[in-house]
Amino acid sequence: MTELRGIYTLWLREVKRFIRDRVRVIISFVQPLLWLVVFAAGFSARIAIPGIDYQQFLFPGIIGQTLLFTAMFMGISVIWDKEFGFMKEILVAPVSRFSIFMGKMLGDSTAALLQGVIVFVFGFLIGIPFNPLTLLAALPLMLLITVGLVSIGLIIASFIGSLENFGAIQTFINLPLFFLSGALFPTTGDSIPGWMQFASKLDPLAYGVDALRTVILGPAWTPNNPLYVNLAIIAIFDLVMIGIGTWAFSRMKK
Amino acid sequence: MSPVINTSQLTKAYNAFKAVDDLNISVDKGEIFGLLGPNGAGKTTTVSMLCTILKPTSGSATVDGHDIVKESSKVRKSIGIVFQDPSVDDRLTGRENLLMHANLYSVPVSMQRDRIAKVLKLVELEDRADDLLRTYSGGMRRRLEIGRGLIHQPKVLFLDEPTVGLDPQTRDHIWRYIKDLKEANEITVVLTTHYMDEADRLSDRIAIMDHGKIDVLDTPQRLKETLEGDVVDIKSNDNKVLQELLATWLGFVNQRIEKDSLKVTVPNGKTVMPRIVELANQNNLYIESIVLREPNLEDVFLHYTGGSIRDDTTKELHGLSAIHRRAIR
Repeated sequence: MTELRGIYTLWLREVKRFIRDRVRVIISFVQPLLWLVVFAAGFSARIAIPGIDYQQFLFPGIIGQTLLFTAMFMGISVIWDKEFGFMKEILVAPVSRFSIFMGKMLGDSTAALLQGVIVFVFGFLIGIPFNPLTLLAALPLMLLITVGLVSIGLIIASFIGSLENFGAIQTFINLPLFFLSGALFPTTGDSIPGWMQFASKLDPLAYGVDALRTVILGPAWTPNNPLYVNLAIIAIFDLVMIGIGTWAFSRMKK
Repeated sequence: MSPVINTSQLTKAYNAFKAVDDLNISVDKGEIFGLLGPNGAGKTTTVSMLCTILKPTSGSATVDGHDIVKESSKVRKSIGIVFQDPSVDDRLTGRENLLMHANLYSVPVSMQRDRIAKVLKLVELEDRADDLLRTYSGGMRRRLEIGRGLIHQPKVLFLDEPTVGLDPQTRDHIWRYIKDLKEANEITVVLTTHYMDEADRLSDRIAIMDHGKIDVLDTPQRLKETLEGDVVDIKSNDNKVLQELLATWLGFVNQRIEKDSLKVTVPNGKTVMPRIVELANQNNLYIESIVLREPNLEDVFLHYTGGSIRDDTTKELHGLSAIHRRAIR
């Protein structure tokens, strides 16, 4: 009970902080918009995906990207807390490190998820048919994807002391995960070099994007893996990351 | 009285360097225990071990009867900590910070409202409780932190340099809280500080710490008494020569030069003062002023740690950086 309360308390704090930062919530609209409008307009003439309009193909990818970027960005809260001393208050509390990690992770995941939902709804405004049932179906999947990604951000942040370093490392991880995920172009098929097909298989987000397409595009999309395989792989990835995260947090001193 | 804190050969080593070296102290219930020493003396390391933030390299300690390594969770429940550096969430309001703390320390929900109201009253922040912390001044944040440390009604409150970087008025204010606290709540307070006046005013007993060891431990009064006699402060045109003369001709051993004055500790100041002046005159030294006073804690401190306060400059820097850290938030 103590532990659950600890998790809830830390979750609530992250969510409150996120919601109060309105500027960030609004600005984070802009990037997905650029991808969906500008990038899609230029790229759709170059790339042909059988049976699907390129913008429609891109849409689940950009949702995945939004989750990835927001999730990784949330790791900054750990550095912020270390910098301003609040981490000490949390670390000396009579709450286990597992709960501290879970509270922060779930709070940041909620924030990333909200960001993803905003983009989801927003897709309707630029002509991507919006179906509330699809959103409902996609929500648990989005959460599943986010958990592992947020964990990566938190784990890295727990090792890093400064904001600058975190920013550099974040980009270093974000872009490969994004490019190899199949969000922008298919990473399977004869025209894709073998090394990239292989690298894409190591990218956790690739399974997330594939699953998102299965849920959002329905039968129009031919998935790389069956949905349950994607879900299982993401879930295993999440569990491993939670394990590493708990370990990373238990070695944190301040 | 039974000891609330007991350490036995408590040691924290970083490779060859011993930050805390073979520490044996016991703190009684209800007292304010001052750990006085320059920066780097090992005070914060000691407190960090007692608060279960750091694991000792060797030795052991108990807080409120719980072992700091084996029962760290129980220790955490029975202590409150006010850290040297700020540790509040400035994006939340004062009340939210307190509520979060109450939840982390599992204060029953039915009691939370009451306790928060009491604490806010104690630190006089009732009217600012619902403002974001980023709008608070440094002193107000510090007060909130002290209040926060009390929400779960700890048996022991650790205050690590509670007034660093604060203006004299706020310091005075905070000292009053700490005094009142102890009287009203029967709480045990462990205070670390490098301010003599702070230790002197607040502590029931003071341990002077340097290089990871306790040099001496006693009440402020008795510590001052151990320096038997008086201190004579002399300002002359050549303190160094005067110091040698006094050592050679009058046999004064306990002397030191600090800034522009020579401080001599002697059994009977009244009778030696004329002889000092006479000796100076005979050797063509000019004495600007000569003052007789009782030893203060600073004299005691210097007597036991030897030499001058080695962190004179870092102390300032430390204070400044603390202010800076508060300011940039």
